Amino acid sequence: MNMFSRVDSHLSLESLPNRQPATVAAIDWARLSVPEARRLRELGFDEGVGVEVLHRSLIGKGPIACRIGRMTVALRRTVAGAIRVSQHAA
Amino acid sequence: MNAAPLVALVGNPNAGKSALFNALTGARQKVGNYPGVTVERHSGRLVLPDGRPVELVDLPGAYSLEPSSPDERVTRDFLAGTQAGERLPDALVVVVDASNLDNHLRFTLQLIALGLPVVVALNMIDLAERDGLKLDPERLSRELGVPVVPTVAVRRRGLDELRAQVDGVLTGAPCAKPAPAEAEDIVTLQRRARKIAALATVSEAPVRRWGHALDSVALHPVSGVLMLLAILFVMFQTVFWAGAAPADAIAAGFDWVSGVVKHLMPDSVLRSLITDGVIAGVGAVVKFLPQILVMFFFILLLEASGYMVRAAFLMDRLMAHAGLSGRAFIPLLSSFACAVPGIMSTRTIDDEKDRLTTILIAPLMTCSARLPVYTLIIGAMIPNVRVLPFVGLQGLVMLGLYIMGVVGAFVVAVVLRKTVTQGASSGFMMEMPKYQLPQLNHLAIGLWSRAAIFLKRAGTTIAFTTIVLWAMLSFPKPPEGSPVSPVNYSIAGRIANGIEPVFRPIGFNRDIVLALIPAMAAREVAVAALGTVYAIDESGSDGGEAQIATTLAKRWSLPTALAFLMWFVFAPQCISTIAVTRRETNGWKWPAFMVGYLFALAYGAAGATYWVAKFFGL
Repeated sequence: MNMFSRVDSHLSLESLPNRQPATVAAIDWARLSVPEARRLRELGFDEGVGVEVLHRSLIGKGPIACRIGRMTVALRRTVAGAIRVSQHAA
Repeated sequence: MNAAPLVALVGNPNAGKSALFNALTGARQKVGNYPGVTVERHSGRLVLPDGRPVELVDLPGAYSLEPSSPDERVTRDFLAGTQAGERLPDALVVVVDASNLDNHLRFTLQLIALGLPVVVALNMIDLAERDGLKLDPERLSRELGVPVVPTVAVRRRGLDELRAQVDGVLTGAPCAKPAPAEAEDIVTLQRRARKIAALATVSEAPVRRWGHALDSVALHPVSGVLMLLAILFVMFQTVFWAGAAPADAIAAGFDWVSGVVKHLMPDSVLRSLITDGVIAGVGAVVKFLPQILVMFFFILLLEASGYMVRAAFLMDRLMAHAGLSGRAFIPLLSSFACAVPGIMSTRTIDDEKDRLTTILIAPLMTCSARLPVYTLIIGAMIPNVRVLPFVGLQGLVMLGLYIMGVVGAFVVAVVLRKTVTQGASSGFMMEMPKYQLPQLNHLAIGLWSRAAIFLKRAGTTIAFTTIVLWAMLSFPKPPEGSPVSPVNYSIAGRIANGIEPVFRPIGFNRDIVLALIPAMAAREVAVAALGTVYAIDESGSDGGEAQIATTLAKRWSLPTALAFLMWFVFAPQCISTIAVTRRETNGWKWPAFMVGYLFALAYGAAGATYWVAKFFGL
């Protein structure tokens, strides 16, 4: 479960480059509102789950689309910023 | 005892639940509403292998039993047996997307733990296989402790087997209950779901969907926006092009019926009630049905194909400035044709406050009913000159009115979000469904239910209101030989006299005030109403509107005309919009608020326009 947790976990989903498979290392639940946190869990965000950024909307501040498990999910950047990820070793 | 067993179809959003529902029930379905909420209740008849009927209810899609939207609340209450007017279902058909087991099994585990007989439909198994995912339904069945049937709803695969299994769980001995799952939190459930999914997966290739390629165009900052604009262009062109002829035909139809009634009945108050009141009033509203249906056709198409969420994704940043989410974009855009479908389509917005804000600002989008009014006044009062090459002043004023509406809506949304609809925005976090070919029968059912809702409104609330307006314009009758015209002598005429001082400061004369009263039914009625007030017989010549324009040019000052246009940008002069707002917000509180704030804005904007125009000596 924790084999990725110590690698590169300073990286957030927000700053993860497109199309680079990674794993959710930790989620900073305190940065999210209660409904946000719940919906995030319901969409399957959890430590150890594979994640990948697929698309970013308008350069800069728009939402991002990412793959979580086998599902595509759209998130705002503030939420993506609360998700720590570790990149897979090349 | 004799009642058919009740089976609920339940599952995550995007599991293909509605497609399965349509495949299982065919045309034998009913669309209603759950009492007290604006959530549609879809039910139909499923026939078991031995011919016994079962009532099948398609519950709104949900991610868990902890509701975060009115839809999800209905699902939870229904399954707990606490939804008003519903009994506890006898069995559940849980629909899961075969290519998304990790996620969908979590809700399935929650549902199985309820203790009702369950059959799992492992839906869209073909897409999962195409995706390189090989599953073992028997293993999944063993792990879950309930029957699992692979299905492909759109190709009608696995339906007989599903019916047989439903029959089995309804009649057979209750299946072995799984270990009690009480007090399991969502994370634990999710981990268990992932474990089961892994056990039921024989082999798996990395996700490689053709949809991702389409998404790299559809979600691209440049090509995605261009694609959205192209779709919107086609949508609006079609609304006006395909909607115009049937609208004229409906108007002609109502005129014809009115003519027949006039021919058959002697001139009397009753005849006037039927022709001038009911037929003319309802006709003025029903005329919009074709445009509303074309609009809804596109909305349903965008929704069913999976594109709607992509459009929301592209527009989220822009909408966030107004405190809304990308989901508000399409409803607001639809409101440019007509606020009625716009407000009805806000149902796709999960967050209640987002949805309410969107409903409240929808009437500020310039709908097609304002066009006849704008065209008439601009044509009559604004000189047809060019301010720049290819830029006419008339067109510029028209554009300005549209922009005023949009700017007004944004400002209002920001203010509302800080006051009456205050609260943390739920943000924008949603699953992006796979692209799918929309199913025609699904579209047809959706369109039919929208048409039924609209016609029911037109036949009740709107018909009643138009009768009241007719009575106000027709009674009391002036005495024989009175020099006062019937309209001026009527209650409406007297009300106009009474409230005229209120409107004098914003440059409105009594004639305008009088024309505004019947225009409460629908904005474009103002054109005909002005004709009536100025005693112009429209039916006599085809130059009715031209005559009105000539009269206006003589009688109105330019500041008055500009103030009148400004009034129409904001004023809530549309019974249908008020009625649909009442329906969608379940009460009179929000429509009353909407009417109040829009009238206040209209008054302020018209007044400011009038005085600024006067100041500049126009």
